[in-house]
Amino acid sequence: MAQATGRNGRMMMASLKTIVKELWGLFVDDGSLALALIIWVAACGIGLPYLPIAAAAPILFLGCLAILIVNVAQTARRKRRGPTGS
Amino acid sequence: MSALLQAAPSVLAAFLGSLVEFVEALTIVLAVGTVRGWRPALVGSLAGALVLVAIVLLLGPLLSVIPLQPLQFAIGLLLLLFGMRWLRKAILRAAGIIPLHDEAAAFAAEAAQMRAAGPIAVLRLDPLAVITTFKAVVLEGIEVAFIVIAVGAAGNTLLPASVGAAAAGILVIGLGFLINRPLARVPENALKFAVGVLISAFGCFWIGEGLGFAWPGEDLSVIAMVVCLLIAGLAAAQVAGWRRRPVAMGE
Repeated sequence: MAQATGRNGRMMMASLKTIVKELWGLFVDDGSLALALIIWVAACGIGLPYLPIAAAAPILFLGCLAILIVNVAQTARRKRRGPTGS
Repeated sequence: MSALLQAAPSVLAAFLGSLVEFVEALTIVLAVGTVRGWRPALVGSLAGALVLVAIVLLLGPLLSVIPLQPLQFAIGLLLLLFGMRWLRKAILRAAGIIPLHDEAAAFAAEAAQMRAAGPIAVLRLDPLAVITTFKAVVLEGIEVAFIVIAVGAAGNTLLPASVGAAAAGILVIGLGFLINRPLARVPENALKFAVGVLISAFGCFWIGEGLGFAWPGEDLSVIAMVVCLLIAGLAAAQVAGWRRRPVAMGE
């Protein structure tokens, strides 16, 4: 009985850990993509208010798009090199 | 009519995004129910659904307390990270660089894991089945709740977004009940591609709003961003796929 309770407790803890890990994984899959996006958004928040008002929003978007494309290209190159290259 | 047009992107994004999540949850519930019995599988699912309702009821009212601009910025950033993550994966899958998600294979793997997990409790609820379905419903459900809040809260279209998600849930549960098999023919990567594009565009828009930037064309700029992301994503998938090496399933 105690053994079964302990096993269920461990199973519940493992499930909670998985839930936390998956929640983190909702937003961060490839760490470098998330980090680059956060840095870019922060840089836009600090630097762009000094630019002409109509230019700020498109620059924010184009930067995010460029980060995505560069990340996809890097991942594709890494995967082409094979498991040792990743 | 104008309100309907304004809410349409939120409804569509919530419907498509939730559809993918409901399909994934259904696969696990079906695998567990088939191998270890329907009673514990459904008890776990129901418990998971109740936890989700509690989370939404607890956190939902907090949204109205947070000032609009910080809320737009925070939700925008989360949307951007979430959307770009989906879009990146969908591009890499479309290019053949990482394998496509296979719902039938996921069902077989989950069922094999359930079979290997040992004897099934006969007299009481099987804890493994309850916990597995509970976890699946909570995890996928949190993603659904996030998608609904993310596409609905900042633009004041929470109700239409919830209707979109609920419609996806009813459709998937209904189909699962009817055919009693995982929905393997849902074009999951195309859906993830579309949702990634929509959510990334919303994310960028709300970050801009949160930072006080003026979008050229105001709300219409979301459509321009959707088009740009779609073209760039499809082009990136094409280019990345040109020189790919073959990908084995499950790699």
